[in-house]
Amino acid sequence: MSTSAALLPIEADLDAIEQVGLWKDAWTRFRRNRLAIIGGTVVLLLVLDAFLAPVLEAAHLIANPLKQDPVNLYASASWSHPMGLDALGRDLMSRLMFGAQISLTIGVLVQGIIVLIGLSIGLTAGYFGGKIDNLLMRFTDVWFAFPDLLFVLVLVSVFGASELSIFAAIGLVNWVNLARIVRGLTLSLREREFVEAARAVGSSPLRIISRHIFPNILGPVIVTITFGIPQAIFTEAVLSYLGVGIPPPTPSWGTMIHDGYEAINYAPMQAGWPAIAIAITMLAFTFLGDGLRDALDPRMRK
Amino acid sequence: MPTGGRPIGGAFLLFRVLRGRPARLGIFVLRRVLWMVPVVFFVILITFVLAHLAPGSPWDRGAGRQLSAAVIHNRNVTYGLDKPYWQQFLVYIWNVAHLNFGLSFQFQDQSVSGLLLAGWPYTLTLGLTAFCLIVPVGILLGVVAALRQNSKVDYIATAFATLGATIPNFVIAILLIIVLGVGARNATGGNLWLPFSGIGLDSRLILPVIAISALPIAYVARLTRASTLEILRQEYVRTAWAKGLPERLVIGRHVLLNALIPVITALGPIFAFLLTGSVIIETVFSIPGIGSTFVTAVNARDYPMILATTILFSFVIAAVNLVVDILYVVIDPRVRLS
Repeated sequence: MSTSAALLPIEADLDAIEQVGLWKDAWTRFRRNRLAIIGGTVVLLLVLDAFLAPVLEAAHLIANPLKQDPVNLYASASWSHPMGLDALGRDLMSRLMFGAQISLTIGVLVQGIIVLIGLSIGLTAGYFGGKIDNLLMRFTDVWFAFPDLLFVLVLVSVFGASELSIFAAIGLVNWVNLARIVRGLTLSLREREFVEAARAVGSSPLRIISRHIFPNILGPVIVTITFGIPQAIFTEAVLSYLGVGIPPPTPSWGTMIHDGYEAINYAPMQAGWPAIAIAITMLAFTFLGDGLRDALDPRMRK
Repeated sequence: MPTGGRPIGGAFLLFRVLRGRPARLGIFVLRRVLWMVPVVFFVILITFVLAHLAPGSPWDRGAGRQLSAAVIHNRNVTYGLDKPYWQQFLVYIWNVAHLNFGLSFQFQDQSVSGLLLAGWPYTLTLGLTAFCLIVPVGILLGVVAALRQNSKVDYIATAFATLGATIPNFVIAILLIIVLGVGARNATGGNLWLPFSGIGLDSRLILPVIAISALPIAYVARLTRASTLEILRQEYVRTAWAKGLPERLVIGRHVLLNALIPVITALGPIFAFLLTGSVIIETVFSIPGIGSTFVTAVNARDYPMILATTILFSFVIAAVNLVVDILYVVIDPRVRLS
């Protein structure tokens, strides 16, 4: 940071800077990033699909994802079934569209758990420092020492296979990253003048954390969450693929790959379509996350 | 075994470190080694508690065939499950300290260590081959992209790195199988295709190695590119150019040697990941390594197996990270110790 330049701002410039707020500024930067816009659009389409799938099904525009057609197992694509039928004669495209529901729900709900644990541990450790910080960070280190996927697998086997236990397990394993980021940011923010000023006028720690520190770490937190969503979606898909995830018959992309893989030799696209769906979702969220990071916190850029 | 080689390697490193910068470094290393003890202890404790919290006993799997009370009692005695939890835990810690991980629940009369040792060679075959691919390809991609910044080569390398870093490896595996396995077989009438089941030192290695290497290669390439670009801008590199050194020396000696320091740190976790195997890749390609053994153990609620694998993996990861941290201090004298 150059101090000499910061000391001599022309007043007109100051006004111009003040007129453009953080969010508007971020939006301007975000809009210029073509990949981020594509990623964001695809994410929006996925959300739309998740909400519209039941509506389309009720309107008979797509088939019921659970309805079996036992005579036409693995039927190839046709007008009524654009992606064909699966091993139990269920419409593949409909299952794929409903699968987005499960993936996005898990992806978003898991972030709730992560934010709850990660934010509180990170903020507490960072703001109070000293012994509390040491204790919480050592706890975080131990948690971090677990091999991710193994830990999730163990937790799922303890909780039993259900949608609730899946996102609890993924959330309980993945909060460490956010906690570390938040702690680091808080640690540097609490030494800043505006926090000192707040402390000097007698604000309580809770008020300082919620009114002064939290708004300043919001950008990185949003970015971390955006990258966390595909991570959770991926973990759910892996668990379902391994047969310990979403219990059947609920359509989940991981389960669909698992079921489709058994027919890989004669009907390869059974596993192919859900695999492509996961790939596109991951790419979309990553582009969106990259764009948000560049827009919300230009300093984090490389 | 790592237990045989580590003290010598550790002592050597310690010697080098101590010779260079006394006391503080020795304490740093010692603290890091000692820190591993509570970490591994808590990993064991947490996994142990979780395993015993799980509903059901390992003996009620036999669907439809209820074991008699006497048989269950005998089994509990054999596996030490009749004792109170705290006693079981102490016995377990004692045994683990002696590298005895107990008997497997799912395969009668088989020791967990035996099962792990039986699976590990397959995991290692895949992991070491992948490592030999990841290091040169990743570094080469990164360096070329950095030296030709904003050229077509750079954009293509970056695009590949983005794809590899974003698309999950099991999705890559499935897509590879569909295109190069099944697709190629159907297209060539069964003449030319890549096998996608099993493991051995032949064509069966190709697809799993590509699938497991994609993410690490992307990661190494990105990191190498960024750090090479940073070094290229340094004053001493300009000096090297200015005094007329040939490109080979400027790039080879001044740029690369320094650019690779952060890459070495990144290779540690990658190596640990490959040593412990990928659960998902092993399952997709039907490789009987320790990753797929673990999945079988989870599905069968084989707790001694689950515990042992988790402990072993945490230990390997912690040990590799430790070695990398020490290595980092040894090769880069600028590193400050915290």
